[in-house]
Amino acid sequence: MSINFMSQWVYTPIVKDHFMNPRNTWVEDEHFAYDGIGEVGSLACGDQMRIAIKVKDDVIVDLRWLTYGCASAIASTSMMSEMVMGMGLEEAYNLSPTAITEALGGLPEHKFHCSVLGDKGLRAAIDDYLVKQKRDNPFKRKIAKVICECKNVTDVAIEDLVKSGEAKTLDDLERITEYGTVCGKCKAQVSDLFDQFKHIYNT
Amino acid sequence: MAQEVVDAISEANTLFGNASSMHGFGREAAFAIEQSREKIAALLECDPDEVVFTSGASEANNTVFNIFRDAIDLGSKRNRIVTTVIEHPSITETVKFLKKRGYHIDEVPVDKTGRVNLETLATYLDEDVALVSVMTGNNEIGTIQPIAEITKMAHAVGAYVHTDATQAIGKIPVEMKTWGVDYLSISAHKFYGPKGIGVLAVKKKVPFEAFVHGGHQEGGKRAGTYNTPYIVGFGVAAELAKQNLESESSQLWHLREMLRKGIEEKIPHVVVNGSQEYCLPGTLDVSFPSAEGESILLYLDMEGIMVSTGSACASGSLEPSYVLLATGVDIELAHGSIRFSFGRYNTEEEVLYVLEKLPPIIKRLRGMSTR
Repeated sequence: MSINFMSQWVYTPIVKDHFMNPRNTWVEDEHFAYDGIGEVGSLACGDQMRIAIKVKDDVIVDLRWLTYGCASAIASTSMMSEMVMGMGLEEAYNLSPTAITEALGGLPEHKFHCSVLGDKGLRAAIDDYLVKQKRDNPFKRKIAKVICECKNVTDVAIEDLVKSGEAKTLDDLERITEYGTVCGKCKAQVSDLFDQFKHIYNT
Repeated sequence: MAQEVVDAISEANTLFGNASSMHGFGREAAFAIEQSREKIAALLECDPDEVVFTSGASEANNTVFNIFRDAIDLGSKRNRIVTTVIEHPSITETVKFLKKRGYHIDEVPVDKTGRVNLETLATYLDEDVALVSVMTGNNEIGTIQPIAEITKMAHAVGAYVHTDATQAIGKIPVEMKTWGVDYLSISAHKFYGPKGIGVLAVKKKVPFEAFVHGGHQEGGKRAGTYNTPYIVGFGVAAELAKQNLESESSQLWHLREMLRKGIEEKIPHVVVNGSQEYCLPGTLDVSFPSAEGESILLYLDMEGIMVSTGSACASGSLEPSYVLLATGVDIELAHGSIRFSFGRYNTEEEVLYVLEKLPPIIKRLRGMSTR
């Protein structure tokens, strides 16, 4: 009796391909003269990635990445690197984790939040590029989504507060933004987002 | 499963009589069961009438905790249970369940090799302890506990002792009488027997309450129709394990050491987890910094090498192995841990194959890792 182990793989064939043959990895001795670099995640969480980009006329012309993590972390970063090559900064900044996951043909539910960090890493790299260029970030406002309608708190605001370390706990976040203090409907969603961002930025 | 066990099971399938029936077919099955019971008792160093068949070690472990839960419910002055932080989930999850309901259970920490420190244990023992439950050998890192000494200390304060010997059976001598333990759990599949069957060995004159009610089987200790073929297969596996224990044990240690030395020689920056001195012979747990466990596991899988990992990514939770964390292993090293398990049918050629395939995999993963 022969057993086809691969037919029972937990990941899709596209994930497997990107995991086995990752694209655009940053080879150890390669001198990659990047214009912007970003890092998200942490070794303690089991996922960490670093993304470096070259930019010309607001278009990503080249990209290298390094990832410490599981198969879906490696595959999703590899897929992201292919998707954004030649893409304008604005579109790249708006790339969603769902788009990466869809391109991979899907991921197991529990892998989605912890391992698809490529879009955040890319955003960090673009942020870094804009800082180095001494330019304002014109993309940020467009992707912001209001989470707490009563106090007008957006996902971007929550992300920034977690990223900067200003909100180390949910209580900090409540004190600063007053989210959830009126109708309270957003509390569960804010708490989920907060946990995700804590995981991503390791603050 | 051992071929001998497969043969014995398929032969025993013709024993269709219910072993609890008085007619000839029933007696024939009952005879086969009793023969098997004797073989298992010989392996565990206990009496045949101390052997209670269960659906596996998980049920056996749950049965023991239920006995003392019941005693505590009935008002026993001994109302505390002592166990360790690195037990199998069939104990740790039972502990969580009971704690939520208000039972007082202490989980003793372990040292960095995974051993229970006897002086530390002593601080947990007193006249109010009903049960001390410590596993014989750990399922992840293989660390062997000083069960005889622990038993002596527990008995000195009047507590009963249980050990989960599931991982140790067939690998090292399991000596119920010599150690003096009151309850001992094993599963058949850990030593080439069938899955879904195990034993709780229960010393005479110790507290007992059935966990599964509804029949007079096993002297009322465990209800349910006998699974005659599997009990017969279990007996054959026990017989083989006892016959081959010494040679098998040294062969497993030989393969384990061959792999450990090979890994340390061929791969820079590796950390061997657990105890080198008190370790089950077939277990090797290694951490590879800067390479994540699930990725290593899947790359090895592509080469036909099957291992386990303590990484969170492979477990479906966000937490890596609680066993490794309990031994003080850095969380990052726990994410990069791989357990190699050896058995009766592994060979030196296979170890050489692993030593050929593993180093480039670690190098590759480290190469694409954030460094």
